[in-house]
Amino acid sequence: MGNKQTTFTDEQLEAYQDCTFFTRKEILRLHGRYRELAPHLVPLDYTNNPDIKVPLTLIITMPELKENPFRDRIVETFSEDGQGNLSFNDFVDMFSALCETSPRELKTIYAFKIYDFNRDNFICKEDMEKTLNKLTKGELTPEEVTLVCDKAIEEADLDGDNKLSFADFENMISKAPDFLSNFHIRI
Amino acid sequence: MPPKRKTQTAVKVEDVGMEVDAVADSGSEEEARRRSKNRRAKPQRRAKQVSDDEEDEEDDDEAQRKRGRKKKARPRDSDEDDEEDSRSVKSKGSKASRRKAAKEESDEESEEDRGKKKKGGRAVSKKEKEEQNQEKKGNGKGRGGKDKDGEKDKKKKNGRMSSSSGSESDEESMSEGEIAALKEQVEEKKKLIATLRNKPWRMKRRLVLLKEAQEFVEKFEGALGKGKGRRLYAFKVMMTKKLIKFKRDFENFKTACIPWERKIKEVESHFGSSVASYFIFLRWMYGLNLVLFGFMFGLVVLPEVLMGLPYGSIPRKTVPREEQPTAMDFSVLFDFGGYCKYSILFYGYYNNLRTIGLLQFRLPLSYLLVGVGIFGYSLMVVIRTMARNSNEGGDGAEEGEFTFSWKMFTSWDYLIGNPETADNKFASITTSFKESIVDEQENQKDENIHLRRFLRVLANVMILCCLGGSGYLIYFVVKRSQEFAEMKSEDLSWFEKNEVEFVMSLLGLVCPPLFETIAELEDYHPRIALKWQLGRIFALFLGNLYTFLFALFDEVTAKLESEKSIKNATEWALNEYYANYSSFFNTTDIPPPAVNPADVVRGPCWETGVGIEFVKLIVSDMQVTYLTILIGDFVRAVIVRFLNYCWCWDLEAGFPSYGEFDISGNVLGLVFNQGMIWMGAFYAPGLVGLNVLRLLCSMYYQCWAVMACNVPHERVFKASRSNNFYMGLLLLVLFLSLLPVVYTIMTLPPSFDCGPFSGQEKMYDVVMETIEQDLPSFIGNIFTYATNPGLIMPAVLLMVLAIYYLNAVSKGYQQANVDLKRKMQMARDEEKNRRNNKDSTNQVMKDLEDLLPNKSLIPPPTDEEPPPPDVVIEKGSKSPKTKPGAAGKGVNLQKDVSLAAPNPRGPVTRAPGPRGGPPGNARGPQPGPGRGRGRSDPRR
Repeated sequence: MGNKQTTFTDEQLEAYQDCTFFTRKEILRLHGRYRELAPHLVPLDYTNNPDIKVPLTLIITMPELKENPFRDRIVETFSEDGQGNLSFNDFVDMFSALCETSPRELKTIYAFKIYDFNRDNFICKEDMEKTLNKLTKGELTPEEVTLVCDKAIEEADLDGDNKLSFADFENMISKAPDFLSNFHIRI
Repeated sequence: MPPKRKTQTAVKVEDVGMEVDAVADSGSEEEARRRSKNRRAKPQRRAKQVSDDEEDEEDDDEAQRKRGRKKKARPRDSDEDDEEDSRSVKSKGSKASRRKAAKEESDEESEEDRGKKKKGGRAVSKKEKEEQNQEKKGNGKGRGGKDKDGEKDKKKKNGRMSSSSGSESDEESMSEGEIAALKEQVEEKKKLIATLRNKPWRMKRRLVLLKEAQEFVEKFEGALGKGKGRRLYAFKVMMTKKLIKFKRDFENFKTACIPWERKIKEVESHFGSSVASYFIFLRWMYGLNLVLFGFMFGLVVLPEVLMGLPYGSIPRKTVPREEQPTAMDFSVLFDFGGYCKYSILFYGYYNNLRTIGLLQFRLPLSYLLVGVGIFGYSLMVVIRTMARNSNEGGDGAEEGEFTFSWKMFTSWDYLIGNPETADNKFASITTSFKESIVDEQENQKDENIHLRRFLRVLANVMILCCLGGSGYLIYFVVKRSQEFAEMKSEDLSWFEKNEVEFVMSLLGLVCPPLFETIAELEDYHPRIALKWQLGRIFALFLGNLYTFLFALFDEVTAKLESEKSIKNATEWALNEYYANYSSFFNTTDIPPPAVNPADVVRGPCWETGVGIEFVKLIVSDMQVTYLTILIGDFVRAVIVRFLNYCWCWDLEAGFPSYGEFDISGNVLGLVFNQGMIWMGAFYAPGLVGLNVLRLLCSMYYQCWAVMACNVPHERVFKASRSNNFYMGLLLLVLFLSLLPVVYTIMTLPPSFDCGPFSGQEKMYDVVMETIEQDLPSFIGNIFTYATNPGLIMPAVLLMVLAIYYLNAVSKGYQQANVDLKRKMQMARDEEKNRRNNKDSTNQVMKDLEDLLPNKSLIPPPTDEEPPPPDVVIEKGSKSPKTKPGAAGKGVNLQKDVSLAAPNPRGPVTRAPGPRGGPPGNARGPQPGPGRGRGRSDPRR
């Protein structure tokens, strides 16, 4: 890149391309988007890997995430500190996992983490209730919520511990027809 | 946890001495941090980690000594751990989970990795032990508190070896085995680089690993191979590197070339993935048509234009005298008469010269092959796309197995970025949940099933009537248009001339809503209703198209009749002319009759007629579609928007409202349009170009229309489980459009005075001719043999057998699949039972459980103490821990248990006081969950 300011060195771009599903152009665009979020915080020059994090409140203002009921969880899941502060690496990571070309297995793992609200490595009833309330904006009555959760667990829980482990979740998701088409964000 | 880590390392350094350099190694800084978190969270985990690391770097002879020391170090940690536990259960949980999830994957991977590495590494490391000993001091200090887990460590050793040995002499220090091992490692690393993006690791870690792996590969790739081979190898490596780079650049270029990415994304964020899928399909279609256009244009149209005879040189390329005055009129051109009819767009224009131009281009042959090749190519592409789609689509689940879970976890469309759409989505999800709940509560409320049945039958009868009526209407209209065609065109009104297309478009416009209204009677679930609707529209279109075709065939036969008489008349006139000429001038050297090409009597040229019909159909279809969008969407939206200020009810929320984007209708329209292109392309080569233009327009126009005047669906239903549904429709249409074309090519005689095949008996005679005249005779022989029924019959038989065989095989696979599923289910049931009542019912299994821990402790060698007391005490809770491994992932069993082993080992040396006997109960509620959590751990 011969223009006045280099954002990444070629090696960095290559490395990012090796580590994600993005092309060079997309990575640069991602950086643009990232910088847009906090122009005063994020430098244009990323050649020396500055350790900068953009907080959750800024990230979720992105139009891609703004309407997503799980936006907080998504950002938290991909942030290294679990609080939702994303470094550029995390940022790229997030959109790489959610992009169209990333494989089902990877998406399943991250989906599991996103839906696991209390981070206990199980999707338990509590998580499901939260998911459901977010999905329906709390328009189901508590009884209905309980019923749906019970039903969902009944369907998907194979080892009978009344919560979904990753294996259960994977088994269930791997057969879902809409998962791949719905669980992706285009940047 | 830097402090704790410090102490731990310190202890290790003291205890283990020089070997420590590997123990203390634990990934990068952040790796270390996470690991320490992990330790804090789960003692077992930590133990596992350590033992892993140990195994990696230890040489067998030192194992014993070190373990002893380790044990001393450990209790301190675990004390801290307990404190930690009680202090922050919550944060522990979260961190642990995150760490663990990351670990889950990497464990399996790196376990393998390490396993292999160990083999490779150890072979190497033994040899360089002496060296290492010398260097150790420096290295140990240098690297002391920092870097590297097992992998890295191995690499370091290797690196050291090769660098040191490299300085001495490479050839002697590397035996064959070492090279093989190294090679394996290099391959491993390469694989890691290739699959890195699929790993659920943090980006930082990925970057670090990538760098390491790359460095490693860089370093050792050159070292492989010897002498001469070495240079070659280096060259090869360089070339592969270049190739990879090129591939990536090419990939980048390719993605940059995909058009309308942003546009589609915009639509997607407003309307969700289902509407976007239409545009993606449209784009795909555009690409396909572009390729078809390339074939058609490059191999047929362009050669004729460049090398063929110019306009006006021969009758077929000239407008007849009687048509000439009106040939340039817009109304005539608009109907594709006049100059259009005698242009490159249509079949009739092409000359039947065997070869044209300097290159001896065989145009007729090329015409036929392209005409057939278009079908071949489309078939290939459609099937390939279908196969690719079917790979990624969700498969194998019976309908209704996971209704609620799917709704819960996969119904949100992450692409939605528009508040309104999001609101609709929320609403639709809520309704769908409510519906499911109702369904669940009372599976079928059957009030008056007879009435419903009656209504459904009634609806179907009505729709059948509609279909039949529309078919008859089309047939009637086409017949009438033939009558009109015999009349003078001046007497006909515009409507009468374009009746066929008009009626067909109108039917396509009116019938689907009619069907929808009728379908209200049936009261199906919306998803099922949509399927019915699609099926009916499909039937309508197909029926219309085929009626149209049959009517067209009638016309064609009529034209053939008239052509025959004209042909006879022409020949007779020609003979007369020759006879007269020779008798008059008394010579045999007769010049061709000096008639102006415009005055020559000519036949009706049915191929051009068919081509014109198709082109007209496409154009009118296009007009109707665009007008519908303009009026039905745009004008409506404008009215609703601006009249709303002065109207008595709320137009936006009430009756007219804004239009919704009709995905299924649009897709079907596109599919049928494509079908007509396929059919018509043979008779009108220009049709493909026209279609490319049309699709291009559609893309922009519909994108604009959908963004400007449509509102997101209130109830979003996926039309199908994958877009293979549309592809399937396309395939069907392709096949159906293949039939008439191939039929005409094979049976009907081409016109005698127009088109590339004039003068032939049948169109495919061109191929025969080429085979006979231009190819060596043996190929002709082969061809005759190949077309022999005696050979074709066995071939067909063979194919049938192959189909039968493949079918049987797939059935077998299905059976196996079912069996495996059942087995899994059984295993899970067993597990469930065990969980529920811990004393397994099965005595044999129980015995096995007792044996298992002992058995599996074998791998960590030699010095195993007998299972410590607290194992026995906690038997109840411990046994299930090993079981899941046994039941779920039999393969991992060994690992799991051996990983768990160090844990019991720890407390024993410390004397079973605080942790052992009495506290077994006293531990009470708090550690319970911790253990529960830990228990589930080793499974993954």
